[in-house]
This record gives sequence, C-alpha cells and structure tokens, in this order.
Amino acid sequence: MDRVPILKIGAVLLVSIQIDLEDQTVLALQEDLADRITRTGARGVIIDITAVDVVDSFIGRMFATIAAMSRLMDAETVVVGMRPAVAITLVELGLSLGGVRTALDLEKGMRLLGVAVPGADGR
Amino acid sequence: MAEERGLATEAAGATAPMAKLLRADAGRVLDRWVELVAGNVRGRITERELRAELAELFDLLVRALDDADGAERGELRAALAEISRGRARQGFSPTETAVGVFALKQAVLEAIEADGAGYAGFVPFSAFVDDLGLVTFETYAAEREQVIVDQAEQLLELSTPVVKLWDGILGVPLVGTLDSARTQVVMESLLQMLVDTGSEFAVIDITGVPAVDTEVAQHLLKTVMAARLMGTDCVISGIRPQIAQTIVGLGIEFGDIVTKATLADALAYTLRRRGVRIEDGD
Repeated sequence: MDRVPILKIGAVLLVSIQIDLEDQTVLALQEDLADRITRTGARGVIIDITAVDVVDSFIGRMFATIAAMSRLMDAETVVVGMRPAVAITLVELGLSLGGVRTALDLEKGMRLLGVAVPGADGR
Repeated sequence: MAEERGLATEAAGATAPMAKLLRADAGRVLDRWVELVAGNVRGRITERELRAELAELFDLLVRALDDADGAERGELRAALAEISRGRARQGFSPTETAVGVFALKQAVLEAIEADGAGYAGFVPFSAFVDDLGLVTFETYAAEREQVIVDQAEQLLELSTPVVKLWDGILGVPLVGTLDSARTQVVMESLLQMLVDTGSEFAVIDITGVPAVDTEVAQHLLKTVMAARLMGTDCVISGIRPQIAQTIVGLGIEFGDIVTKATLADALAYTLRRRGVRIEDGD
C-alpha cells in the first residue's frame, strides 16, 4: 500500500497528495498525521491536493476529519490547490467542509498560517 | 412521409421511360431548369455555379430514374441534401430552396409539350420529384435547426464573461435569466479563472438578472460554496430592492455570504479586504 509522505517545514506539516487515494491510504494518512502532530508539536497542517482530480464523499470527509483531529491537538488545517472540478463535485455531494480553511495555492496557504514564505516580497 | 417515399419507390420501374426522354432532351431541359432557378435565387449565386450544381444533379437524377435497386437514388439524395445544407447556411428561404427542385417539373413538362410526347410517364416522374423536394425541405429544416443550436451555444459563451476588476479580484457580470446550464458554465469559467489568475476574490454581480427565485439562489450559493472550497471568497452584488424583497419573502438564507447593493460597494469591500487603501480625491 502506498503511503502519503508528510513533510515538516518549521511548525507546519505539509501533506502533498500525488497518488490516487484509496480508502486504506486515507486511513493510514490520518493515523500518521495524528502521530506526527503530537511528535513534532506542529501548529499547522497543509494538505496540498493540486494533483487530485477525482474525489468521492469518503475523501471529502477525510479533510473534515483531519481538520477536526488537528484542532484537538491545537494545529490548524488548510486545504490548498483544490481544482474547480473537485470543488464542484464536493458542493454537489453536499460537503461544504465547515471548519476547514482553504487557499488557492501552497504559498497562500502558508501565508494563511502565518508562516514566512521564503523569497516572497511580503505583500 | 414514409408513405410518400414508398409511392415514389414503387414507381421506380415506371420512371424508366422518362429517363430516356430526359437523356434525349438533356441540353434543353437543363438550360430551362437553370433559367427557372436562376430567376428565383436573384443573383445570390452565379449562374455558372448554379449550372454546375444542377448539371450534376440532373446527371444523377437521370441515372436514378433508370435505376431500380436504389443505389443511384441514395447518391442523388445525398447530393441534394448537400446542396440544401449549403442553401440553408447561405440564408436562402425554404421556398427558394425547394423551388430549385420543383422547377425541374416545369422544365420537363415544357419539353414534353414541345415534343408532343405523351404525359403518361410524367405522373410517376412528378411523384419522384415531389419526393426529392421533401428531402430538400427536410435537410433544409434540419440544417436551420443546427444553426439555431450553434447560436444558442455561442450566446451562452458570450453571456458569461469573467473579467478582472483589480489585481486579485475577478468580476462576473451576469445578465439575463439564470438556469442550470448557464450557472454551470458560469461556475466552471469563474472557478477556472480564479485558479488561472490566482485571484482570491470574486464579485458576482446580478444587476442584470431579472428575477431571483429559489432555484437561482441555490445556483448562486453552490457557486460561492465551490469558490470557498478553493480558498477564495465571493461577494454577491447588484441586489436590487425588489430582489431583496423577493429573497426575504421566499425565505432564502444566504448565510454568511457577503452581499452588497452595488458593484461599486462590492469592489470597495474586496479592495479593503485585499488591503488596498482608497483615498477620496476631493
């Protein structure tokens, strides 16, 4: 089974999903992430889904679950890079992802969490 | 329609003598046919083009009259349909298109009269030409229908532009009735533009939308929700007094979506959110 890597940048954990998500992968990711948050004391989680072009309700719920879970451990979750087709699908599925913050791309997501973006002009 | 086709096919054998007559008189009948049709299309197509078209048709027609198995007839129909489609695209009226075929009957009748030949062969021939006339008309109607469908699509694209109002702020001025199909187009083009330009704000202006009912509101809400999921924020502007009354009357809940009365208000709001300072120049 593929595992999604979790990268640490300062106080933020970055999860970039580059593979087709299966239910098992999603469950493993949730476990790994919870583990990493406690171990590193991260303050934020960024889930990058730029490469995801198909979602179902299970994956939709994953974002909300991860967000709720992270909040319990005092880390804020931002989902970045959602494609239009994915956004439309989620809305049609009736998932509004309440409690999950979103940003257009990784850079904007990092700024949202108050992380200094290297090389940015600070606008 | 089917019955008439059947009639003409039954008469296949009966049209063979007519083919002989047409072959003998080919030059004269074709000349007269071109003359009759040319008078009708009033110079929108040159006589040489017309003659080339009709000569080809005439040739196919004579062969089809001779032919019993229907292969030639299929070819004739196809050629005729092609010409009718061209006519429909060029904006000819249905009469002008159909007369192009029916004029052949007159040309042939005149030839028969001049020769003093009997009319016996003319009746099945006439039925055959009528059948061709119907093919012409059907193709013409189908082609016009296609033109209308194409235009409707173009209109859909024209009527849903996404414009850049400011760096990082997009505007969608909606004009006309919103239905599911249009909303889908608006939603998709807006979301795509948000990604392409990296804009964080969008203003949907509904000043030009004549009425807002529960369905339209639902569509707007979905668009705003989808935009939010992508990490952008939508403001709805152009809510006129009557529309505000309708929305409240229908009990539609816009939730925490920001709405503004005018596009100017919405732009000012989004500029503020982006941290742009506006100074009054008085």
